[in-house]
Amino acid sequence: MEKQHNWPLWEIFIRSKQGLDHKHVGSLHAADAAMAIENARDVYTRRMEGVSIWVVESKYIHASNPDDAAAFYDPANDKVYRHPTFYDLPDELKHM
Amino acid sequence: MNARHLINYSLHLADNALVLGHRNSEWTGHGPILEQDIALSNIALDLIGQARYLYQYAARLMNAGERPAVPGGPVAGAAGSPVTEDQLAYLRDSWDFRNCLLVEQANGDWGTTVLRQFLFSAYQYYFYRELRESRDGELSAIAEKSLKEVTYHLRWSSEWVIRLGDGTEESHARMEKAVDQLWMYTGELFLPADYEQSLAPLGIAVDLAQVQPLWTTRVQEVLKEATLTVPNAVAQKGGKQGRHTEQLGYLLAEMQFLQRAYPGCEW
Repeated sequence: MEKQHNWPLWEIFIRSKQGLDHKHVGSLHAADAAMAIENARDVYTRRMEGVSIWVVESKYIHASNPDDAAAFYDPANDKVYRHPTFYDLPDELKHM
Repeated sequence: MNARHLINYSLHLADNALVLGHRNSEWTGHGPILEQDIALSNIALDLIGQARYLYQYAARLMNAGERPAVPGGPVAGAAGSPVTEDQLAYLRDSWDFRNCLLVEQANGDWGTTVLRQFLFSAYQYYFYRELRESRDGELSAIAEKSLKEVTYHLRWSSEWVIRLGDGTEESHARMEKAVDQLWMYTGELFLPADYEQSLAPLGIAVDLAQVQPLWTTRVQEVLKEATLTVPNAVAQKGGKQGRHTEQLGYLLAEMQFLQRAYPGCEW
């Protein structure tokens, strides 16, 4: 078996404050999940960026294929009726 | 008399933090992997930050008094100008430094560096917990702030010691060697210097006898989990009184070069 020279890659998600979502901020190398969280603390929160960290080993992220983009996303272009823009809103209602 | 002891005590704590911080900063750009390079550089910055608070405090004490004990003699605080933190860090010679011998030891390999950090972080952790109760408000506040940082240093370094000690055959052998190399410098941590003996009964300095059993238990637990043997070694001492190993001279030569070659230089 080939000797493993590189630690696996991890995707890092940081929540910047309570109540917000975790957002993807980047990736890093670590030997295991515990080390990935500490590395994320050291690499991605040293300027007060976050209050919570999620890590996922990159191999467990399944991504859509860019070649499918036309079939996946273009059909949504002409479906304006999917946006709820045809309702009459009372004037008192703000922030919609 | 107590003023002089308090100055020396603050310098002792500052020197510990600065010297280890500088040692760790020697890894910056040379770490085994980017993420750990940043981790150790963060720890270096934490320690240098602690050193700054303590040097600032020592400088204030010196400037308030009649400067009975300006270390560095004619250089620091010369010509009636006030003593500054920079002078204390950059213009004192090795016999003025009161750091313990452990922190000045050379980095060696990564295993030696993380073990040195672990042995000292375990000490600082229990030490700062006690210092929070100091009757000296300034020292107590510095301890309160530093304890959070040190809690992480202890966690990070413990995990590395366990990972490498209980790792491969080679990493285990290297860690055994590192323990043999560094253990002889741990005894000094608990030998009170004159300034500690004088300030501890007043509730200002930490009573090291309170810290030692806590440190011993924690260190033995981690070394056991790391499958490392605790050696019996004669304690080397002297650093806290200004008698250092040759390692400190090399460190200061590099750290102080710029301020000595270009006095007052800023950038």
